[in-house]
Amino acid sequence: MGQQVINGLFLGSIYALFALGYTLVFGVLDILNLAHAAVFMVATFVAVALVGHGLDILLALPLAVLFAGLLGLVLERVAFRPLRARTDSNIAGLISSLAAATIIEAVALEIWGPNITRFPFGTMPEGPASQFQLLGGTVSRLQLTIIAVAVLLFLVLTWLVKGTRLGREVRAVAESPRSARVLGVNVDRAIAAAFFISSALGGAAGVLYGLAFNSISPDMGHGVELKGLAVIVLGGMGSMPGAVLAGFALGLTEVFVVANLGGSWRDVISFAGLFLFLVLRPRGLMGAAATREA
Amino acid sequence: MRLAGRISLFFAAASLLLTGSARAATVVKIGAALSLTGPAAAYGAQQKAGILAAVDEINKSGRLKGVKLEAIIEDDASTKEQGIAVFQRFINKDKVSAIIGPTLSNTATAADPLAQGAKVPVVAISNTLPKGITDIGPYIWRVSLTEAQVIPSALKAAQAKFGFKRAAVLYGNDDAFTQGGYGVMKSALEAMGTTTVGTQTFAKPDKDYTAQLTALLAAKPEILVVSALVENASGIVTQARQLGWQGPIFGGNGFNSPKLMSNAGPAAEGVYVGTAWNKPSTDAANLAFQKAMADRKHDPDQFCAQAYTGVLAIAEAIKLSGGKGGREDIRAGFLKVKGLPTPLGTFAFNKDRDGEHSAALQVVKDGKFQIVK
Repeated sequence: MGQQVINGLFLGSIYALFALGYTLVFGVLDILNLAHAAVFMVATFVAVALVGHGLDILLALPLAVLFAGLLGLVLERVAFRPLRARTDSNIAGLISSLAAATIIEAVALEIWGPNITRFPFGTMPEGPASQFQLLGGTVSRLQLTIIAVAVLLFLVLTWLVKGTRLGREVRAVAESPRSARVLGVNVDRAIAAAFFISSALGGAAGVLYGLAFNSISPDMGHGVELKGLAVIVLGGMGSMPGAVLAGFALGLTEVFVVANLGGSWRDVISFAGLFLFLVLRPRGLMGAAATREA
Repeated sequence: MRLAGRISLFFAAASLLLTGSARAATVVKIGAALSLTGPAAAYGAQQKAGILAAVDEINKSGRLKGVKLEAIIEDDASTKEQGIAVFQRFINKDKVSAIIGPTLSNTATAADPLAQGAKVPVVAISNTLPKGITDIGPYIWRVSLTEAQVIPSALKAAQAKFGFKRAAVLYGNDDAFTQGGYGVMKSALEAMGTTTVGTQTFAKPDKDYTAQLTALLAAKPEILVVSALVENASGIVTQARQLGWQGPIFGGNGFNSPKLMSNAGPAAEGVYVGTAWNKPSTDAANLAFQKAMADRKHDPDQFCAQAYTGVLAIAEAIKLSGGKGGREDIRAGFLKVKGLPTPLGTFAFNKDRDGEHSAALQVVKDGKFQIVK
């Protein structure tokens, strides 16, 4: 029981981290950035390459996250900004983000090949020496680190959005780009900043996911993409605390379904639950009924 | 590739002539469709080395009086399409007496019916799909053991070592191969009188198996039995060890890859897998095979040994049908092959035209597969 709670929290923290960046862009732009999973994957490969060149993971992680953020800026400039003036920019943006995701994945396939790779042995402490008992289960330091990083990044992001000038600008743009511009907000800059933060978070999730499961391949984003979407819907589209809460809820649900009903039931129960929840509470766990949040 | 094969055979033939073979030998052509490029290229390279060595050794030994074997090796590119093209060539243009291959079961299901239609005997050397290979017809024979043949005897060997009574099973339920392996494991465990304390499933895209493993380990098994492809297998093994499982892990043929060690590292230690080739066996036929490969500076694996055995089976069939190497002669000869010494052990075909020989159990130790004695 204790072990399954730990498993669920751990899985949930990765879903939450992935969904945080996903929901941020949705909150600001009202579009789903389907390239988020591709950024998640590329950042992992960059971190593997850096560690492979002898860098410590403590240095490789922030560099890979920075790379992910910059890739987010490029995506915004190439795939989203040119379409923003159009009336159908939501659908057009969705399609062009899908195109960007496909291109990034194809490039990754060309560079790194289709095989599964992993971080070099010894990147993080492994084996019984790095584990200890908690709540009647076995926990590794890596797992605790990942849960802690997820919570920390959530706090930093909340502060960034609620407590800084940049955050206020991003929220203003989310509310109404036109009003924000009238009030002197540099709309392009605020949106670019949102993309940078979102992609950096996605990249961080990718590197931690890679460290956790050591099963890194160009299609590693596929499994998380749909779960991330479910999490932001469940949390309330655009709500950050909602995404975190829903991430943990989905992680725990999945683990307990697998443990009690078997692996085949996992997605059935999770998504049926999501459907039922949305029928009863369409705005999600923490989504605002009528207004939007960033 | 084929040219190189032919050249070496030319020299083999030339040396035979020089050593004073008085009368001209009848040449029996054997076509080999191997995956020399594409995803299965690693297997194809081993098979090619095994076939060329076997043909060479047999011709040198003079075991077949008045008959000289000639191997024609073609690349099936690991695809059905090219496999079919190569088979058509062998049957109609080269007019071979028998065909070895193709490397993949998938290709065999498409190409073997052509040979069956043309009544050309085929010897599968690496197809392990239990159903749908030798079922194609009476001209399709197989040297490689199927999953259904390897897993039960390997599990029995593991039980003899650990004396386990409680097993937990984890398998991929979205893949024909892993699901088939699970079926074999389940019935083998039942036949051995083992209690299955838990069964869990996963899907190919999964990366996190901790929920399944935690539930299985909570039931206190004595062995963890897993049917998975190597990508999933590495993650499963790693996470089981992270959850504190130190007991034995038994895997199906999907585990039979060095990738398991490169992806799971130290966690792979203590993983048990069945294998068709008992490398350290001191049978005379196995020692002769290893010497033949060492002379050619080639480090053989299971696929090489199976390919070598495929040629031995054809040679035996020719011998048993009175030194005649026609298509029907070879097929008739196969029916009589019994007690043939090969690198894989004493070999015979059963009534389903599948090969029968003993399987061995291997374990990962110090980052390498080693045979459990």
